[in-house]
Amino acid sequence: MMKSLRYILPLLAFLVLAGFLARGLNLDPREVPSPLIGKPAPGFALARLDDAAQTIKREDMLGKVWVLNVWASWCVACREEHPVLVDFAKRKRVPLFGLNYKDKRPEGLGWLSQFGNPYDASLFDADGRVGIDFGVYGVPETFIIDKQGVIRLKHIGPLTPDVIRERIEPMLKKLDG
Amino acid sequence: MGSVLLAMLASWWLAFPAHANEAAPAAADPVLEARMTRIASELRCLVCQNQTIADSNADLAQDLRRQVREMLARGDDDAKIIRYMTDRYGDFVLYRPPMKATTMLLWFGPALMVVLGLGGLAVVMRRRAHAAANQFEPDDPALFTDPHQS
Repeated sequence: MMKSLRYILPLLAFLVLAGFLARGLNLDPREVPSPLIGKPAPGFALARLDDAAQTIKREDMLGKVWVLNVWASWCVACREEHPVLVDFAKRKRVPLFGLNYKDKRPEGLGWLSQFGNPYDASLFDADGRVGIDFGVYGVPETFIIDKQGVIRLKHIGPLTPDVIRERIEPMLKKLDG
Repeated sequence: MGSVLLAMLASWWLAFPAHANEAAPAAADPVLEARMTRIASELRCLVCQNQTIADSNADLAQDLRRQVREMLARGDDDAKIIRYMTDRYGDFVLYRPPMKATTMLLWFGPALMVVLGLGGLAVVMRRRAHAAANQFEPDDPALFTDPHQS
């Protein structure tokens, strides 16, 4: 009995350790859980990217489920994500707004005219303050905000067809957007 | 147990000196700048996760330093600034995680491992001390021959 325990115990210890390491390998350390999920979206009032005279406020968006996508012309991963967003926008599922984060107006507009504009409108956040309020740290990021103005989902990094199918669509269905 | 914990905390303090080199140029007010640096060196930069906001040159870190500077100039205290950061980025921005239910294992796990290890060692040693002679492998006589005799 003691003899066999001597061989089984190290094996068990190894398996436990291997289990922890395997779990660690599959976690993405860049994906930091946002404390904003389930909380009201931060207040904002930003000019539109294409029209500095027109302001969009948080209150304007109440009553509908909408998607906020943080992007910038300097963001390489946004380019990769862009066709997915165009495809998503074509389906006209919910309003899709952009947050043009720490960009310059001509460059942001140039980017949209070059690659196509999937957004109903983009908010122009030149100094990144609204981005900070949304806890943005890695562009692109995508938020789903419900009818009450509560953040329900945050995705960090580029959207892919898989992410749309497995995270975005189910949440929109749940919120009846 | 208490002294072990104290030693662990002490090693934390030593590992993260308050005066990290700041990347941005110093602002006009050196006192405010020093406070800003002290707070920013408690905060993790989310873009480059192994650097503090004081150390990092990332865009976001510069913006957050500016934010801290502004809040200090406005007269906000340290706790309010830390809360501002955790409200947006979660406890992950803190280099010293707060003690709460979900971080108990993080704080006490190492001490727990030591206690378990020592306990296991004590059990094994006690068992051996009480074991009868025939429970051990017989001694190898070759080991006990006097080399000068041969």
